[in-house]
Parts: sequence; structure tokens; C-alpha cells
Amino acid sequence: MRPDLAIIQKWIEPGSRVLDLGCGDGTLLSYLQNEKQIHGIGLEIDEDKMNACLGKGVNVIQQDLNKGLDNFETDSFDTVLLTHTLQAVRYPDLLVKEMLRIGKNCIVTFPNFGNWRSRGYLAFKGRMPVSDFMPYQWYDTPNIHFCTVKDFDEFCQAHDIDVLTRTVVDYNHRHRQLIRLFPNLLGEIAIYHFTRKNGAAAS
Amino acid sequence: MPETIPENSVGLVTPQLYHFDEPLELRSGKTLAAYDLMVETYGELNAEKSNGILICHALSGDHHAAGYHSMEDRKPGWWDNYIGPGKPIDTNHFFVVCLNNLGGCAGSTGPASINPETDTWYGPDFPVVTVRDWVKSQARLADRLGIEKWAAVIGGSLGGMQVMRWSISYPERVGHAIMMAVAPKLSAQNIAFNEVARQSITADPDFYEGRYRDHDTLPKKGVMLARMVGHITYLSDSAMREKFGKASDQLKQASLNLGRDLRKGKLSFGFDVDFQVESYLHYQGERFSETFDANTYLLMTKALDYFDPSVDYDGDLSKAFANSDCKFLLFSFSTDWRFPPARTREIVTSLLKAGKEVSYLEIDADQGHDAFLLPVPRYQTALKTYLERVHREVTADAS
Repeated sequence: MRPDLAIIQKWIEPGSRVLDLGCGDGTLLSYLQNEKQIHGIGLEIDEDKMNACLGKGVNVIQQDLNKGLDNFETDSFDTVLLTHTLQAVRYPDLLVKEMLRIGKNCIVTFPNFGNWRSRGYLAFKGRMPVSDFMPYQWYDTPNIHFCTVKDFDEFCQAHDIDVLTRTVVDYNHRHRQLIRLFPNLLGEIAIYHFTRKNGAAAS
Repeated sequence: MPETIPENSVGLVTPQLYHFDEPLELRSGKTLAAYDLMVETYGELNAEKSNGILICHALSGDHHAAGYHSMEDRKPGWWDNYIGPGKPIDTNHFFVVCLNNLGGCAGSTGPASINPETDTWYGPDFPVVTVRDWVKSQARLADRLGIEKWAAVIGGSLGGMQVMRWSISYPERVGHAIMMAVAPKLSAQNIAFNEVARQSITADPDFYEGRYRDHDTLPKKGVMLARMVGHITYLSDSAMREKFGKASDQLKQASLNLGRDLRKGKLSFGFDVDFQVESYLHYQGERFSETFDANTYLLMTKALDYFDPSVDYDGDLSKAFANSDCKFLLFSFSTDWRFPPARTREIVTSLLKAGKEVSYLEIDADQGHDAFLLPVPRYQTALKTYLERVHREVTADAS
């Protein structure tokens, strides 16, 4: 399991209702169903991935995250997940706002563009970073909204978001002590667990 | 006619008539004292009787969903693309049941049957039946077959409406509710098309207020017109362009033809059939009018018009689903303009609001409403994958 998924599964309450935005092949929801008896719904648009969900017994709805989530009721899920998808959506701010409306708590993970490799790539090669993990060229990448740990921290402050936990890791779980000291420089995957600030309406 | 039966066919099948003596109280307040249901089954019921799948037919369908009745049959059953050994609804795994609904004209009690009280045709006196009534009669058939709970109930269009009703009326008896090309209720446009169909039938001078059999005739012209109108709504614009538009010397690209193939290669400058599409509709309508009962057509369109499970719940469909206990799988098709994806999504939204387990796929398909009957690869794969999973569940529960 991807390290971000291994970490976030610990935050999911047994028997809770989980909405996974961009659920992929349903690996996480299937794991949570089997291990924590959650009631899960995944949203996905890739045909093959949807089929993988159906095969695993994961509920999956074909829905484009760029077209909104107004078919979901306010407070209808315990947890709303968005793993490694934030950077690929058209309106990340609106999507996070919708997550806060639908879920009692939210989990977002994204590749940290503030990582030293990305910085170095751009600084020294003078080109948009291409890595094993994000193997796309600038013109064909699905990732259109990169951000850094610092950016997202600021975003949370500006949007009445109460961050419960922020964890930053690398793909191999290395440098953990150092990462804690320099998350935005060394961290490769950022993981945020957050809710609406007390008193903020689920508008 | 099949020279030989294809390997993935259920083969030669024989329908069976089930008689029911217990009176059936109908939604209209009327009662059917006794009735028959014509039923076809494929595959074997397992010892636990847990592998049953009920197939619900649409407007012009019947119990003959798969296989052949004889080697002389021109075509197999109406859903043969999907039912058979190794097909999505795999008869190696499931015991598949399909029946002709009450009011039908393929063997079950309907307007063309003899009314025991009068010893003559029911004709227009056959009571108006609703989706709810059908599902009630289907539940009695399940009792008769010893099936307490269906592994899945599956249907498209009007068949999908029966599936929805099953999940609401008999939540404990459905494992999976699978619907395709379906809407939660008809729109004004849908009802309008049905009314045109009904008017074509009742305006036929051979209709005789529904008593045509007493006059030894059938309102064929009316039924043909009704079918022509209906058929147009089952196809998409793109499907018609493709079906009737070949490339020619003049139009090198078929796509430029817009489906305007001529029947005789030139215009007649009269009011006879000029285009292929006209002749196709005539042919389809005529064939249909020879076999389909006019009163049944009226009943089926009314059942469609009346369907609205939300009426008992202040118009809130999600409340209707409150007690449903099954998993739901829904399909819509991109070019279906009878029940377009947005209409199917209304059901999905209600199910989500009710907190139900639901999967939904929007299939890109050119064939319009009819796509649910036709071999569309992504749809086939998804349904097969889903039902394989259902089969694993059924097998695990049994062991």
C-alpha cells in the first residue's frame, strides 16, 4: 500500500461512512471495508479503475470531480478522502470547500512540489520536474495545480480549516526525523487531516 | 434461424405456465381473482436456492429472454446478448427467471385472455396494472419457486422500474438491484410520446373500443403507428445516421449522408416511401402489429406513465428507498434521449441521500435507449465483473 494510504487508514473510524474522491482501483476502500467494516462510496471516471472497483465489491460512481459534488448531502459522510488528486482538479479550493461541507472530517494527500528534488530540477535544469512518481511532461500532465506544504498551510488558514494532523513523508518512509524538521524541503507526500473550524457553518 | 445453437446460448428452451388461484389485489382497487404467468428459466437453482436472478422485461418484452424455442426461430430471446453460459448474466452460475408480466400478450393473463366471469376476452375490461402489481405477482412466483431472496433483480427501462419497486416493496428479498436506462418517473415528454402511441391505437377504425376480437380483426394500423413512434425514441440520431447512411459515389464519407439512404436510388416525387428509414419503420411497425396485442400496448404505456414510487413519500424518492437493504448498480447510456443519464442520476442521488450502497456507470454508446439490449463492450464487462462478484458472495454464503 502507498505510504500515504497506510497512514490515513489509521484515522478512519470502524463502521464509519467514507467518501473517496478519485478512488482509483478501490484499493483503500476495499481495505477499509474488510478491516474496518466501513460503508464506502468511491468516485472515479477511469473505466478500467471503475471496473476494478466493481470486482472488489467497492461501490463506485462515475462522476467528474470538476463538475461539483452537489449530489451529496451536507454532513452525509464521516470522512471524505482526496488522495493524490488535489493537484489534478480544476478548482481545488471549491473542491476542498465541498469536502468540508459533506464530511465531518477530511483527508487530503498530495505530492509536495516544495520538495528539494522539484526545486533542484527547476533551479538547475531550468525545466519542469519529471520524476518516476510524476512521469509527465508539462504538456501532457494531468497535474495542473501543484502546491507545496507551505502553500497548503496558508490555504488552510485562509479558509477556516482546522488541521488535526499534518504528516509529511517520502515515498520510501526515509528521512523521517529530518523531514519533521524540514517538511517542505524534504517531504515528498503531504498528508492533511482536517475539519471545519469550530463554528464554521457547513455551507 | 440458427443452423446450430451457438455454444454460449442457453439453447432450446420451453416456457412454463404457472397458475395462481390466490386473488391479486391491484393498485387500482380492482382484483384479479386468478391468473397465469408464463415463465422461462435458465440455469440451475442451487440447493440453498440463493442463486436466483429475476429478469424484468420492458414495454414490449416477454418471458423469452434467451435461447430459442425451436430451430425455426429467426432470432433468440430479447436479452440473449446478456444471458447465457459465460455471458454477463452467466447461466453456469445463476438460475435466471423471466416472466411475461400480467396484462401481457405472450401467455400470461392479459386482455387477450378469457375472463372466467364472462367467458369471453377481457379486452378493454382487463384492469389497469401497475409496476407495483407486477412486482407483487413476481413475488408470488418467487414463493412458488421456493426463492426467498433473489441474488439479483435486473431490468432495463420499464424493467428497471420493476427492479426499483422490488427494492422498495420487498427489501429483504433482493440482494442486488441492477437497473439500466431507467428514470425515477416519466417526464411530460415521455408521457406525450405514450399518448401519441395510445391515440394511434384507439383512433384505428379496427380498434372497436378494444373489442376488436369480437369483430375478428386487429387494429394493426394503430399498433404499427404506435410502434413506429416508440421505435424512434429508442434509437439515437447518431444510430439512425449510421444505420441508414452509407457512403456513395456522391458522398464519399458516410458521415455526410446523415442517414438519408434512398430506398430505390431516386426520389419518387410522390407520397410513397422514399428513404430507407421510412421503409425500416414500416417494416418494424408491421411486424410488431402482427404479434403484439393493442390492449396490452395501452396497458404497458399506462404502467410507465403511472410509475412514481415517490408519491407515497411526499415526492421524495430517497424516503422511498429508506428501507431498501440491497446494493444498487445503475447504468445509463450517453445517447439515450428517452431516459438520458441525467434522469438515471436522479435515482443515484436519491440513493446517496438515503445512504444506500450504489454504483453507477455512464456508458458511451451510440445506440440510444436500445443500448441496454445491445452488445456494448464496456457495459458487458462491467455487468459481468459485478455479477462474478455476486456469484462469489453467493458461493461463499453457501459454503
